Amino acid sequence: MENRNGCKLVDLPESTRRKDRFSFTLLVVIIVLIPVLVESKYYLIVLNIIGLNTIVVVGLNLLIGFAGQISLGHAAFFGLGSYFSGILTANYGFPHWPAMVVAVLATGAIAYLIGYPALKLRGHYLVMATLGFGIIINILMGELEQFTGGHDGLIGIPPLSVGGLIFDNDLKNFYLIWAFVFFCMLVARNILDSRVGRALRAIHGSEVAANSLGVNTSSYKVKVFVLSAMFASVSGSLYAHYITFISPSTYDFYYSIQVVTMVIVGGMGSLWGSLFGAAVLSFISEALHVAKQYHIIAYGVFLSLILMFLPEGVLVGIQRFYQSKKLQRRITIEQRGLTR
Amino acid sequence: MDFSQQIAQYLITGLSIGAIYAIVAMGFNIIHNATGIVNFAQCEFISLGGMSMYTLVVLLKIPILISFFISMATVSLIGALMERGPIRYARSKEIIILIFLTIGLSGTLRGSAQQIWGTDNVGVPAFSGEAPIHLPVGATILPQHIWVFGITFLVMLVLRHFFRNTILGKAMRATAVNRQAAALVGVSVDHMVLLSFALSGALGAVAGMIIAPIATASYDTGIMLGLKGFAAAILGGYGNFAGAILGGVILGVLESLGAGLLSSQYKDATAFLVLLFVLFLKPTGIMGYGESERV
Repeated sequence: MENRNGCKLVDLPESTRRKDRFSFTLLVVIIVLIPVLVESKYYLIVLNIIGLNTIVVVGLNLLIGFAGQISLGHAAFFGLGSYFSGILTANYGFPHWPAMVVAVLATGAIAYLIGYPALKLRGHYLVMATLGFGIIINILMGELEQFTGGHDGLIGIPPLSVGGLIFDNDLKNFYLIWAFVFFCMLVARNILDSRVGRALRAIHGSEVAANSLGVNTSSYKVKVFVLSAMFASVSGSLYAHYITFISPSTYDFYYSIQVVTMVIVGGMGSLWGSLFGAAVLSFISEALHVAKQYHIIAYGVFLSLILMFLPEGVLVGIQRFYQSKKLQRRITIEQRGLTR
Repeated sequence: MDFSQQIAQYLITGLSIGAIYAIVAMGFNIIHNATGIVNFAQCEFISLGGMSMYTLVVLLKIPILISFFISMATVSLIGALMERGPIRYARSKEIIILIFLTIGLSGTLRGSAQQIWGTDNVGVPAFSGEAPIHLPVGATILPQHIWVFGITFLVMLVLRHFFRNTILGKAMRATAVNRQAAALVGVSVDHMVLLSFALSGALGAVAGMIIAPIATASYDTGIMLGLKGFAAAILGGYGNFAGAILGGVILGVLESLGAGLLSSQYKDATAFLVLLFVLFLKPTGIMGYGESERV
């Protein structure tokens, strides 16, 4: 049985599991190999940004693609992670790993407080509530100067370290960030292949039906919301320790839009699509910076074209294109056979 | 100035900005009723209204009244083209895809505006003089504020007449209630959707034009105004016209009072805080019935 989004409502079949095992192994190989192949520091930075965005997008895709809820406020959770980590370590000299854990838990708690009433909202009301929440948090980042450094930002955030290993350059951060990407994707995948995942897919298929089958839909929705906020928070903490400087403009409304766009472009409800969407859009967004003053317009046109012509996500779109080509070829061959 | 005078002053400022939010909220409502989507390009309609007014009045020295209608027609045309082009030919009709398409289009419009006008804030002359008028309560009011109230009131009257008494307006309402049924009785749903974008464009432009002399205009002034207009629409109950006015006025007044009495830094946060608070108490907005579909 398949619902309209193509996600199976039953357990993941053995073939998918095998494919996933293969994909995860491939991911590890690629992660290990990339720094050998990529020597430019610039590309490493871009790859690190892709990794950070992937973590946010994987979490957000659980919410959008599986629980069917839209959040236009995830920049806030990403930012909360950054600011909790940054403030605790730079201002109060907290050790960084515990600070990161505190950041994740605190962000999760805030997400729970906002998510519990917000997820009772439906449709555009939820969009507006999360959007408003994001804007409020963004304003607080700028105005609570004594903690956040205001609009000038917070400087002097120490890099992360394990034992004697300090993650103070792009290469070391590459391995750190992508280790987290791997871990987060694994967590997401295992969640999807569990009772929770089945419940979520049922909710996406039909909330009423899921409810009547005994799935506590509202509780699941809040849990996924909190989880996706925690993913964003982890990414935010990593970002703060990697760049060592944070300012409110990073966490504005546009970041929220960007990550949702990555979910859509990658394909809603597709785990590997999240990685793909984050990679493609982060890369293009970086590349478009070359266009300098044309950046806004170029990104706008690009986004519009993708959504107009490849709405089901780029991966699926390309796949369908080739399938239809193949089909066409077969038809023409058969027609030729008939005329002879 | 004593306390009551201060309050009166904040109320005047709040009501005029509330009127702007209300007009913008109506623009959001009209498109939502026709299509079910949130049109984020509404923000750009506001900026475009203000900037085209600047071009016509300041640069080309065309009389204000004529400029007003030219701007309105231009932005309305842009709205219509948006629907006729990208929105109509989008391969997916899923609501979330269309919403993000409007975000993409909004970026395209904003980027183009940035290319045409640059990033500077520009002033637009007030419609009739700048001399403040002293009110008996002790507060002062600018002539432009009176224009804002007057034009908003007029817009409401015209819309009310349009939706109640004209066949076209009734057809639009029918489409909002049930597209299929409307199509069955001979309403061209396609045309209604097109019309809704044109109308929203005109409304956005009006909002941008009447606020420009008070708040100046730039290629991106519409973003915050537009988002708060959306907030006003949601606050009042999405799709509900009386709700849009109520939501706009509530947001405008509370924001102005908050900025004046508490802290001006958190002015933008107040509006959204009020919104969250109300939504958590009444999830369907003040006058809304809620919606069953999911984005």
